[in-house]
Amino acid sequence: MSVLAIARMELLIARRNMWVATSLILMGLFSSVLTLAGGAPTGTLGVDPLLIATTSVTTLSVYLIPLIGLLLSFDAIAGEAERGTLALSLTYPLSRGEILLGKFVAHLMVLGFAVAVGLALTAGLTIWKYSTTDLNYVPLLELFFSALALGAAFLGIGYTVSAKARQTGVASGIVIIIWLVCVVLYDLGLLGALVADDGGTFTKTIFPWLLVANPADAFRLINMPVETVSTLATGLGAAGRASGFGLQLTSLLIWPVLALGLAWAAFRRVEP
Amino acid sequence: MTVLDITNVSKSYGDLHTVCEVSLNLAEGERVALLGHNGAGKTTLMRMVLGLTPVTSGQIRVLGMPPGSRKARAAVGFLPESVAFHGALTGREQLHHFARLKGVKRREADDLLERVGLTHAVNRKIRTYSKGMRQRVGLAQALLGQPRLALLDEPTSGLDPISRHEFYDIVDDLAKGGTAVLLSSHALTELESRTDRIAIMAKGRLLANDSLGALRQAARLPIKVDVRATPDTADDLAARLGGTRINGASVSIEVQQEDKLSLLGRITGLGDVVQDIDVTPASLEELYRYYSVAQQEGK
Repeated sequence: MSVLAIARMELLIARRNMWVATSLILMGLFSSVLTLAGGAPTGTLGVDPLLIATTSVTTLSVYLIPLIGLLLSFDAIAGEAERGTLALSLTYPLSRGEILLGKFVAHLMVLGFAVAVGLALTAGLTIWKYSTTDLNYVPLLELFFSALALGAAFLGIGYTVSAKARQTGVASGIVIIIWLVCVVLYDLGLLGALVADDGGTFTKTIFPWLLVANPADAFRLINMPVETVSTLATGLGAAGRASGFGLQLTSLLIWPVLALGLAWAAFRRVEP
Repeated sequence: MTVLDITNVSKSYGDLHTVCEVSLNLAEGERVALLGHNGAGKTTLMRMVLGLTPVTSGQIRVLGMPPGSRKARAAVGFLPESVAFHGALTGREQLHHFARLKGVKRREADDLLERVGLTHAVNRKIRTYSKGMRQRVGLAQALLGQPRLALLDEPTSGLDPISRHEFYDIVDDLAKGGTAVLLSSHALTELESRTDRIAIMAKGRLLANDSLGALRQAARLPIKVDVRATPDTADDLAARLGGTRINGASVSIEVQQEDKLSLLGRITGLGDVVQDIDVTPASLEELYRYYSVAQQEGK
């Protein structure tokens, strides 16, 4: 019951703080633009147009979903500790786990709502543009659920930072660095290593593991099943195929659990 | 029945001893004021009772349960010193949230908002509230579910005198309902008639813990008797009663408790010369100063 009460209040706050609106506009706007512009180079060559659109949206989601996840979560514990509301909440008969879970449920709902609206726009615009409803919707659903898992992982990371940093200013700086590393620098580093290694043992043995270890990359690989498309979208895609679907899925499922576990452990040590 | 039982509790952060061997009990319906300067250890003591901070040594029991346990928390209401809420919520939303956490009907939350005088502002965002209004929201949430123990940390800071009066009315009702109330303050005068017991803390130690009357007796601070005469009789009066003339027509005499009645008898015996008498026992400020100084000299 307490979890629901916390979730309910966090949703209310997210709505008032315009987080819901911001996430919605970000996902909706980018999804629409990519769907309308994304099909242009391929024309109508018989490839399912929705697949082209989801590929574009996947590339976008790799950047946006971790960002939204971190933005929703970095203030969750540090902000309450700073305002002093955390101490008061902790004098009520509920556990820290319940507080964390309540916030997580609310934030995941905000994120899920934004992604759902973005994908609905993608589907709707594709139907409108190609005047056909004869599309394969499975990749869209896969994209939705894997996006939830990716978002959950970064929510957990954000809570961990929030609990460790205890100050919102510090927490916001750290999550931006984490975001940069996970979605940009990590791939750049791997790419650099691939070039330097030139097809040696690193490329064949260590690289696939390293790639899939990053939830953002695991998410990208899962949602880009067509070799040609993924090669177009990212140079890492083709090389990363070696890890296989099972490993990618495992990475995407383990990360949320791991990150939330870390967040809980960090939160338990916070003395308000 | 003992609601709060604090036995030999100490709290240290490294070399810093914020609370030293404090023992304090609160029974049902008792109103106890915890007095002390900033940094005396009042807030730390309350945080330990709430289970927010672990004790270094000693033991605390709330209704026989360890502090911070779910059952203990369900029985305790807490008003933090500088109370803060999320500014994006309205007063009603915030209190309904706390009501849900405590498993209390929202109807009761609305009644409490009315009780603390916020009815006109319940649908406004808390960020538009004054400090006093926020303090009222804080008080309302501390009263949710008629707690067995209420811990109020500097509850009247930010309140104007009339609000303070209303606040103590609420505390009285709470105590009548059987709630043990522990409130901390450094605004001394307002506590005089509004608490059953006074506990004085300085530098982490509990220096005194008794009713106001007993504290006065133990401190043996003199009672001040002011006698008003007329300008031409004041000098004569001062000589006969052994006091000092303080202005044109008054004489001030200091006596101990046991000599008070005989002095009053002598004054009454003077007849028409005496226009008026004022008897002032040692004030809380004087007592507080006495006990804090006594502790420093004892060291």
